[in-house]
Amino acid sequence: MPQTQQSAANRGVHTGDGRQRSGEGPLRQFIQEHVPSLTPQNGHQAHRQNVADGERVVSVAAGAILAGLGLARRDLTGLAIAGVGGALAYRGATGHCPMYQSLGVDTATGEQHRRSAESRGVQVTESYYIRKSPEELYSFWRNFENLPQFMEHLESVHNEGDRRSHWVATAPAIYGGQVEWDAEITADEPNRRIAWRALPDSDIQHSGEVRFQPGPGDRGTNVTVNLQYHPPAGQVGRWLAKLFGEEPETQIREDVRRFKRLMETGEIPSIKGQPRGTCLGHGTRS
Amino acid sequence: MKALIWCAPYKVKVEDVPEPKIINKRDAIIRVTSTCICGSDLHLVDGFIPFMKPGDILGHEPMGIVEEVGPDVDKSKVNVGDRVVVPFHISCGECFFCQRQMYSCCDNTNTKPYIGETLLGQATAGILGYSHLTGGYAGGQAQFLRVPLADFNCQKMPQEFEDEKLVFLSDIYPTGYMAIQHCNPQPDDTVAIWGCGPVGQFAIRSAFLLGAAQVVAIDDEQKVPERMQMARDAGAITIDMHDEYVYDRLLDLTGGLGPDICVDAVGMEAHGYTMLETIYDKVKTNLFMETERPHAVRQALMCCRKGGTVSIAGVYGGLSDKIPMGALMNKALTIKTGQTHVHRYVPELLETIRQGRIDPSFVVTHRMPLSEAPHAYNIFREKSDGCIKVVLDPAA
Ligand SMILES: NC(=O)c1ccc[n+]([C@@H]2O[C@H](COP(=O)([O-])OP(=O)(O)OC[C@H]3O[C@@H](n4cnc5c(N)ncnc54)[C@H](O)[C@@H]3O)[C@@H](O)[C@H]2O)c1
Ligand SMILES: [Zn+2]
Ligand SMILES: [Zn+2]
Repeated sequence: MPQTQQSAANRGVHTGDGRQRSGEGPLRQFIQEHVPSLTPQNGHQAHRQNVADGERVVSVAAGAILAGLGLARRDLTGLAIAGVGGALAYRGATGHCPMYQSLGVDTATGEQHRRSAESRGVQVTESYYIRKSPEELYSFWRNFENLPQFMEHLESVHNEGDRRSHWVATAPAIYGGQVEWDAEITADEPNRRIAWRALPDSDIQHSGEVRFQPGPGDRGTNVTVNLQYHPPAGQVGRWLAKLFGEEPETQIREDVRRFKRLMETGEIPSIKGQPRGTCLGHGTRS
Repeated sequence: MKALIWCAPYKVKVEDVPEPKIINKRDAIIRVTSTCICGSDLHLVDGFIPFMKPGDILGHEPMGIVEEVGPDVDKSKVNVGDRVVVPFHISCGECFFCQRQMYSCCDNTNTKPYIGETLLGQATAGILGYSHLTGGYAGGQAQFLRVPLADFNCQKMPQEFEDEKLVFLSDIYPTGYMAIQHCNPQPDDTVAIWGCGPVGQFAIRSAFLLGAAQVVAIDDEQKVPERMQMARDAGAITIDMHDEYVYDRLLDLTGGLGPDICVDAVGMEAHGYTMLETIYDKVKTNLFMETERPHAVRQALMCCRKGGTVSIAGVYGGLSDKIPMGALMNKALTIKTGQTHVHRYVPELLETIRQGRIDPSFVVTHRMPLSEAPHAYNIFREKSDGCIKVVLDPAA
């Protein structure tokens, strides 16, 4: 498949097969943080989720607000508004919409399909135009010790000679805290392409490739990153979730975006540690 | 420090919070000397843009003095002691969009682009104090403010003018100006502007600055007579949406053609014109068939002359319904819209102030200490006490 077509598919909000695109993991987290009391508990299967997450955020918020609005008005229309608002909040929180069910609409199935693919490993291709020359981008990436600056799951990479490197990735403490492996460069075409893979006896089967191609006009360099992670042979299930959290594709997409931002502006935007209020009177840092 | 905190829909409070620190190496910390309340703040506070978290600091129209700069800030552009206006959106100056001067579309400053990508297809720039849809940045209704990529975002100001003449360069003056300017107005054009709030007021004056022949302003004479009067003082003809047929008056004023440029300076919380339309949108928003009330856009599309331009400055966040697509297509209309690209306009608008062609402080009706901000939000929302624009003093 030609490169451009593939990346167009990656960027679709809803691709043809019903897959919803990357954002939905952090979005789910946002719902959980934002309206924890409304988030359904695991195992609560009375109604299957048939409302996609993006839509749920809006439903929850719109519903909760309408319910609040309606309750603030002590007349008949107020009561009616509160009723509809409550129904909306229910729909957002449970991911179940009775109206959708009766219409046979299901916007969530695609997401579930994709999640079961996780257990088979992760293969992600992402591409961005980055407004720097192929030379600058290549030489930054070629020094693998730079990768942890934008790959969030990597704790460190140490070069051991020209082609070998030692990688340390973070995993939640309950899973042992760290995963380590050695990698070697398998292809190195200056200013065009770098490919690498974990050594065959590693705990992790990982390989990656990054290509740098001049983009059209002044759009910079078309950087295409292809990463694959597979659980060690014989080990099944949620291994990758340990490394990346619930949504590996999303995490990797955000990693590549961080690379773009770091290259173009010299930094990755952040709000960690900024002040915020508590609504009780003693603010904190977030 | 004191800051204005969002707690729940319609509920804000002033709270003591820690002072901001340098987080990235190109950040600066500003001591805020003036900060304003905007119609967009109402959409956020009222929950029409539902991505606020309790505890978020609001405010995106600040100016102040630079107190501290990070080690990588280009000090030839901004340094400690400088007096600066801070545009409401944060831009990088380097990306595809910034290179094309579409600064509010900057690709590199929104910390949570996945929310915008799900809701809008692509995310906008980060915006100060404007919910997690635009990055969750702490806002400027506070005594101190952190400004990322400070050497690009801090706009240095001369000493000779008081805050009130400069602070609106952060948002509403460029917003009113861009709403007209990007429609490429001609000397014989009639410009019609829905909404006589602060944005509408700057659109009216900008239309004259840009040489429009006739400016017509539409709002509610019973609810906001002082805004209508301010529009007339600027030279606009006013139409009272409460008592007059807006379409008929506009056609009468334009020889039956309709206005050449129609500006929506109202946004997603518009009041309806007819009972039927109002009930329709109430039911639809309640059923989550739409998330906003696009009355002004609908009417602008219907009134605009064939081949004219409809400029949407009012903010929308999600899904609107019953947009007259037939009018849009068959009348060969052009739509111009966007969050304002503030950085693009600051130099030329500062020049209009220098030349005395406009004194932006005309719009200020209330000056209050930051500690009274919750009251200020109330009168601004209710349009009571003749409130048009509030400037808050964080030091008072
Ligand atoms: N594009 C941008 O970058 C940008 C920047 C700032 C503000 N805004 C938006 O501009 C809009 C106006 O901001 P503001 O500060 O002037 O707000 P505001 O609430 O003070 O003013 C809105 C005015 O519109 C009037 N109005 C309501 N319904 C109407 C209708 N159907 N027809 C005509 N007038 C009607 C109201 O009476 C009020 O006077 C808001 O949506 C705000 O979010 C956009
Ligand atoms: Zn504003
Ligand atoms: Zn940019």
